[in-house]
Amino acid sequence: MISYIIIYGLVNSVTLALIAIGFSLTFGISGVANFAYGGFYLLSGYLTWMLLNYLKLPLVLAVFLTVGIVALIGFLTYWVILLRVRGIPLSEVIATFALGVGILELFRWAGFVTYEFTLPIFIKGGIEIAGVPLDYQRLFIIGIGLALVIFLYIFTHHTRIGLSFRGIAQNEHTAISLGIESDWTAALSLSLGSAMAGLAAIAILPLGIISINVGYDVLLIAVAIGIVGGLESVPGILVASLILGYAQVITGLYLSPEWMMVVYLAAIVIVLAIKPSGLFGKFKQLEERV
Amino acid sequence: MTIRYRKERLDRGIKVRTEDIFALSSYKEILYLVLPRALPVLFLLIFPLLKGLVGLYWEKVLIITCITALLALSWDLLASVGLISLGQALFFGAGAYLTGYLNHSFGWPPLVTIPLGTLGGALFCTLFLLPVLRIRGVYFAIVTLTLPLLLVRVIEATKILGGTEGLSGLSRLSENIWVELYIPVLALFLCLFGFRRLINMDYGLVLQGIRDNDLAVMSGAINIHKFKAQAVFIAALAGAFPGAFMTHYYQFVGMPAFALDFSILPLTCAVLGGVGNFAGPLLGAFILVPLSEILRAFGTLRVVFYSAILIVCVVGLPEGIFHYLERKYHQFERLVKVA
Amino acid sequence: MGNRAVLEVDKVSRSFGGVVAVWEVSFHLQEGELLGIIGPNGSGKTTLVNLLTGFVKPDSGKVIYLGKNITGKMPYKIAELGIARTFQMAKPFYKLPAFKNLIIPLYSPRVKKLRGGRYGKRDDVAIDLLEEVGFERDSFVPYKMASNLPHGYVKRLELARCLSLRPDLIILDELFSGMSMSEVASTLPIIERLNGEGLSIIMIEHRLRELFRLATRVMVLNFGRKIADGPPDEVMESDAVKAAYLGTEHDE
Repeated sequence: MISYIIIYGLVNSVTLALIAIGFSLTFGISGVANFAYGGFYLLSGYLTWMLLNYLKLPLVLAVFLTVGIVALIGFLTYWVILLRVRGIPLSEVIATFALGVGILELFRWAGFVTYEFTLPIFIKGGIEIAGVPLDYQRLFIIGIGLALVIFLYIFTHHTRIGLSFRGIAQNEHTAISLGIESDWTAALSLSLGSAMAGLAAIAILPLGIISINVGYDVLLIAVAIGIVGGLESVPGILVASLILGYAQVITGLYLSPEWMMVVYLAAIVIVLAIKPSGLFGKFKQLEERV
Repeated sequence: MTIRYRKERLDRGIKVRTEDIFALSSYKEILYLVLPRALPVLFLLIFPLLKGLVGLYWEKVLIITCITALLALSWDLLASVGLISLGQALFFGAGAYLTGYLNHSFGWPPLVTIPLGTLGGALFCTLFLLPVLRIRGVYFAIVTLTLPLLLVRVIEATKILGGTEGLSGLSRLSENIWVELYIPVLALFLCLFGFRRLINMDYGLVLQGIRDNDLAVMSGAINIHKFKAQAVFIAALAGAFPGAFMTHYYQFVGMPAFALDFSILPLTCAVLGGVGNFAGPLLGAFILVPLSEILRAFGTLRVVFYSAILIVCVVGLPEGIFHYLERKYHQFERLVKVA
Repeated sequence: MGNRAVLEVDKVSRSFGGVVAVWEVSFHLQEGELLGIIGPNGSGKTTLVNLLTGFVKPDSGKVIYLGKNITGKMPYKIAELGIARTFQMAKPFYKLPAFKNLIIPLYSPRVKKLRGGRYGKRDDVAIDLLEEVGFERDSFVPYKMASNLPHGYVKRLELARCLSLRPDLIILDELFSGMSMSEVASTLPIIERLNGEGLSIIMIEHRLRELFRLATRVMVLNFGRKIADGPPDEVMESDAVKAAYLGTEHDE
């Protein structure tokens, strides 16, 4: 039992983190809350499906193409839509929100709702760890998650673009005066976040069917984890994913699977009551603008 | 040599000195001012009476229009203080469920449950949103988006308040069709004129100041959190009432009370119509709700349509239709030769 | 000048990330005094003002106002107690006419208390206030949209907004910056008059000539630390201050 909890708790946590990181990254770097995140996630799933089934491409190629296309779409979203409304919070929020809902409902209307829509598992089969069966796909998810964290760390601490991201995140005016272009960085942050959504989708969707609700669920998860951990803090996301991931597995085991959703609500209520900006969040209303 | 023209925009003769002082010297001018304001009011009052002519179906559309307009007004009030709500469904659902619960569990009549549901729902929502008011603006949008989605799943999971089936068999609002028709209309008038009064008073100035420059307002010894909380509560009242009403109109309340539609449609009405002056959302509702009924055959594509409108408006026509029309009405443009 | 200290600041410090903005600054202000705060760009002057008025919380140190500890309180509570400030980047309420800009502070509980709950129409009070800063009530200025006012007027509007609180202490953050010579010339007597009426004033300024006509005492900040405090001519003679502004000589 304990080993079950430990292992599946980890799987769940990494899954949640994979989903939540893209949204957090975009928000943390450029302050853009990409409400179209769920839409991009689902778009990636369907895109991969179409590449696999209509164009009969091999899996690896389809994966690369999808991530690339979604990253491009994220980039374009900034340049075409957000650029014109940058700085007006009302318009930014509504624009991304409308985009996300538009994408999701478009897919719903176009009929992508039957059970045929599944993504293939990377490798079939599984192994046993400490007496607990674990399929390769889930192992893959853990691997991708870890790789992503390491990649992100190296990226933001040791590459030029990554460092400029951190610069903008910390102090936009200073960064701009040092030659880091705010718009490019924002657009790149949007495409990076979208690419993560794509990656997460490809890794996680094979575990079930692609359905429209998944799009909304993903946004819900990304946001819930963000609220608990602190929307702009990657360490916060990781910690929050661990907490919520394990809490969910334990609840699912001892109460019932449906109560896993209640965990989110409870976590949000508690966080809002005690430390509204999240565990590692630093955003207080006054400080970041004076 | 080509003759070139430029567009010249002049205020009509009766506008004097400031935005809201007019010099009137004839009945025609009085009518000019009164008509745009009187027309919708008269329409709303008379339309229900035409029930025999137009059919019950369109009367129902009127009710839905009023409900949506109320949600849009509530949204606009929040926007006037700088809070962007992506979850009007939260207010709607809270009012709806509380009303349904009171009727279902205690058997209280609609006359009691609707006011209590409105008040209680509004209180519930305000308390939930209080902590978010102190943080950066986007958090409000995020939390209002998330809460309805979460609450739906929680209700589905824990099967409280009727679970997936909801509470049915609730009391009818009234046997009298006139009551059902006129209550939303009157509520709409109350909110519309009430909110406009509020915004034009000094209280409204403070709210708008908080939206435009809250640091300056704080340095003026005003507790912005208190004012934001008040605005949220008032907006929540306007948002919970539609829910409470609809529960007894349909005699049912269920998970659809928190549906995304109740968040998106009012938002689209407000953005399309024009944010900030409460007449815009009304206009937007009058356009979009009947349109949505006519296009019912398209099903979910309508939501895609709303999203498209939202993006287009936000990027291309941020002032909304109402301000555009107002400009045309109050000013006339003509082409003038460039010397 | 009264005898009691209006403001006592005791070793306030504040860092942002790794950057020290203000470091152990202490000073006091007597009632009715006009203190100037000067220093090169980036020396922490505005941060100090933010620390005093609650917009930023100090990492350590205390701020005592009229005997009350106001360290780290919310800005509106501090304003309620009687400290008003202007912002370096003057941001009026652009979409409102000038006089309506003043309505908002007039709505605050402090003003309600001071005027005994009844003060006639706020609009009238606002027009009166604008007159106090030199905008005549018959001119077009009070009714003009704030976005249409020239920069110098906007700064005076900021001052008026301060005064609408009927404060005991005002802190002016670079009031004269961006003003033309004539605008400064018309604003100076207003400040002199206010100070003469007993208002305690702290002014952060870069325009030293104008400041020294008003201030009896000047404090110099450099890299977040206080390096001088005293009458203007003394302070400007000190080596530390000269080094801060002009740099030191390097022997080749």
